[in-house]
Amino acid sequence: MNTTQERVAAGPNASAAVWAQRLWPWVLGAGVVVVMPVIFTSSYAITLMSHMGVMIVFALSYNMLLGNTGLLSFGHAVYFGLGAYTAMHVLRYIQATGFGLPIELIPLVGALAGLFFGIIFGSVSTRRAGVVFAMISLGIGEMVHASAHIFTGFFGGEAGLFGNRTVPSSLFGVDYGPGIAVYYLVMVWTLLAAVAMYLLRQTPLGWMANAVRDNPERAQFVGYSPQMVRFFQFALAATFAGLAGGLYVLVDEIVTDETVGMIQSGTVLLSAYIGGIGSFFGPVLGAILVVFLEGELSDITDAWLLYFGLLFVLVVMFAPQGIFGVLTQQFFAWRAGSWRGSLGPRLYGVASLVVAAIGVVAVIEMAYHYFRHWNPAEPMALFIFEVTVTGPMPWAVALTVAVAGLAAYVGHARPMLRRAMGGGGR
Amino acid sequence: MSARTALALKGVTKNFGRAEIIRGVDLEIRENERHVVIGPNGAGKSTLFHLISGRLQASSGSIQLFGREIDGLPPHRINRMGLSRSFQVTNLFQNMTVMENLRCALLWSQGHKYAFWKRVTSQQGVTQRAEELLERLHLSEKRDVPASLLSYAEQRALEIGATIASGAQVLLLDEPTAGMSRTEADDMVELIREITTDCTLVLVEHDLGVVFNLADRISVLVYGEIIASDTPEAVRANAAVQEAYLGTEAH
Ligand SMILES: Nc1ncnc2c1ncn2[C@@H]1O[C@H](COP(=O)(O)OP(=O)(O)O)[C@@H](O)[C@H]1O
Ligand SMILES: [Mg+2]
Repeated sequence: MNTTQERVAAGPNASAAVWAQRLWPWVLGAGVVVVMPVIFTSSYAITLMSHMGVMIVFALSYNMLLGNTGLLSFGHAVYFGLGAYTAMHVLRYIQATGFGLPIELIPLVGALAGLFFGIIFGSVSTRRAGVVFAMISLGIGEMVHASAHIFTGFFGGEAGLFGNRTVPSSLFGVDYGPGIAVYYLVMVWTLLAAVAMYLLRQTPLGWMANAVRDNPERAQFVGYSPQMVRFFQFALAATFAGLAGGLYVLVDEIVTDETVGMIQSGTVLLSAYIGGIGSFFGPVLGAILVVFLEGELSDITDAWLLYFGLLFVLVVMFAPQGIFGVLTQQFFAWRAGSWRGSLGPRLYGVASLVVAAIGVVAVIEMAYHYFRHWNPAEPMALFIFEVTVTGPMPWAVALTVAVAGLAAYVGHARPMLRRAMGGGGR
Repeated sequence: MSARTALALKGVTKNFGRAEIIRGVDLEIRENERHVVIGPNGAGKSTLFHLISGRLQASSGSIQLFGREIDGLPPHRINRMGLSRSFQVTNLFQNMTVMENLRCALLWSQGHKYAFWKRVTSQQGVTQRAEELLERLHLSEKRDVPASLLSYAEQRALEIGATIASGAQVLLLDEPTAGMSRTEADDMVELIREITTDCTLVLVEHDLGVVFNLADRISVLVYGEIIASDTPEAVRANAAVQEAYLGTEAH
């Protein structure tokens, strides 16, 4: 768990090398933040990247529960959404009265709302871990979502609530009309929140959260109440979820009941898990990927939700350490030299899987066209081809490609890789 | 020896369903004494420890720690009142390293509670005590090894280390030397003797050599009842004990 951190944390007079090792991911992150809008300049891309920032904070806050404390929540959007609504109400209050809260601090309103509701709902839901906690989180999620249709004054009913981010004053005299200005504001908050959550893992509370996750009984016998540890973690996670909600308000200037809904709760779970809940940066990668897929994939194909589910299932089944976990594993394996002599089989394995994936994608796309299009006989564009899915030929080809790729991997590439790695396997 | 009573059990019983496992135990353990509980397997020694440490609740009776009723309190409350215990079956934070296990065992007693504004590794008090313990447990070389990768004897040593780390006034150790080699066991007994010069020890132990060498007083638990609680000499001479336990154990 903290082994590397411990070695890194050599005390107050840590050497420059130690500091470099500690800081490089953050410096890299800040660099990426600055460079990205220079490369991707469209307002669509800027908004997409702002959403990534929001989702990163949200997914990291989720991992304070799942990864760090072992609490599987199905209702984390409650704190995101209530944070967003509260921030929106304050924004509208500023619009109506000229109240002097600067826009840069509006996300803090969301954070406070998250904390407030985290304390209320956390005190009832953290008594038990495991299934009980999961069920209560689901219940609270349903309850709050249902409330959105009852308390339409607060939740704005079907249409939601609108606000205008250009009205409040700015601490630094910035005009937040253009998306790029909001992007930088979101990214500053994202970096601050990420650093804060990173540091939280190294505190007594963070350590005992891990302890309670792994062995709540032993934690009790060293003086800690597992319930209190879970409660504090929960309240803090809700605070950061609320912060993410506040950021969301600044980006979108609209809040609907979807922000407190089950889909949002599911998305954050998927993001954290696909990226990898076992490491700090896993959920960061997951959040970026999920927002990207939601934005891009949905433009390319109608079946994007299906791919999304497929990706999740594959990660759960074959890479429970998440994509970031796989990448770091491979990186360390490569650095330790265990790629030597197995590079060929590795590339072969990846290639066969890519072939299989192409076949599967072709089948899915054709099926979508066949069942969903008003005229299945109309030719469809598939990769670089034009195919007519009412005939058997494209199906035969696609299935053959899929099966051939999979067979090559399972029957040939994988055994070859195992042999190349000295029979050890993975 | 002080006259104060560290632990007092009165009429303690424990049933699991219909099975009566602890059947009316009265026991007084004075401050700073080394008290060894012996008895055949299945007599209820571990169950008795579970009752005292709050892992289980007694079916009836009273348990007092320094005059305060503790039966019914959750384990962490009892721990904070100065009672720490080890487990017969090793019970560690398996994913954490040796050093991390010791640090976790120290955090509360060093006053850090649920703090989320300071780094664990910057707490000099915790680090220093943990390093000392590493040394005493002969685990310095395993400092950064996850608990799950330790040998059995090392895990046992860490289990004891995590128990004594907080400097509790009352220690309950459940078969700390079980499964250890002769030298490992001797080391462990020496360590236990050292750290218990100014605290109260309640120990479950099977090795009669260790028992008679370490104990100020001995209690004999048979089928959930204490049949004798006295000095080692008196227990050795006790006819009922010889019949029920010592006679069968010594060949
Ligand atoms: N949770 C439980 N449920 C039912 N029976 C139990 C439970 N725990 C212990 N026992 C029984 O209580 C008796 C005493 O067990 P234990 O206290 O572990 O004995 P000892 O430590 O003296 O060997 C045993 O017969 C055991 O089977
Ligand atoms: Mg036992």
